[in-house]
Amino acid sequence: MNRLVTDIDRSQLLRLIEDEDAQLVDVLPEPEYVEAHLPGAVNIPLEHLSAETTGVLSSHRPVVVYCHDGL
Amino acid sequence: MSPRAACRLEALGYEAYDYVDGIADWKAAGLPTEGTAEPKQRVADATRPDVPTCRPDETIGVVASRVIQAGWDVCVVVDCDAMAIGRIRGPGFDADSERQAVDVMEPGPSTVRPDGHLQPLVDRMHNRNAPHVLVTTPQGRLIGILIRDEAARLLAGETPTQIWRDCAGCPGRWATR
Repeated sequence: MNRLVTDIDRSQLLRLIEDEDAQLVDVLPEPEYVEAHLPGAVNIPLEHLSAETTGVLSSHRPVVVYCHDGL
Repeated sequence: MSPRAACRLEALGYEAYDYVDGIADWKAAGLPTEGTAEPKQRVADATRPDVPTCRPDETIGVVASRVIQAGWDVCVVVDCDAMAIGRIRGPGFDADSERQAVDVMEPGPSTVRPDGHLQPLVDRMHNRNAPHVLVTTPQGRLIGILIRDEAARLLAGETPTQIWRDCAGCPGRWATR
């Protein structure tokens, strides 16, 4: 059974990056990603999220997803 | 959008988290981004974190002594959660030394966010003859202070090391206190 997804704030994000080498996934459309994204984030737009496209991610490290502002 | 993405990643076997406030929050905190967006000088680039602060219950005598000794003429009153609730400057330091900061401060000073563009802010400050403005997070936590003359020098092309040679942590390398 899957656990519930955990919502995190900025300080928790920074801690995950620092302590657990978290991977960042920007799920915004590519043009928005190209314009600006968090350092090191990869772009996997929501509609393209699949087992194939997430193959670039390590399953041994946390993954943090984000969009523009949660709306 | 990101909650659905996080759910999908969980279903695919990843330990997923959702940074719910997203890149808007990241940029609002003045943190760096990558990408092609045209780099412009932002408020964070001229924000100095070393502005003196005091608690609301400190006496003016103690506060004034500390502020003047540090070479400043302004002090930000912060509560226990680092929220900027007031400002003391000028005549405020001449008040009865036993009065508390909360009774002397100017409550609710104007604040700006660190991700704002610098030039239009400096223009507005010039038009309103405002020598400085407090910089806070969107939630109101103090980040630092932007001094108009310093920001104008940065916009004119002076390097940060020229402007803030004596300020540890300047410019822009701040942390929420």
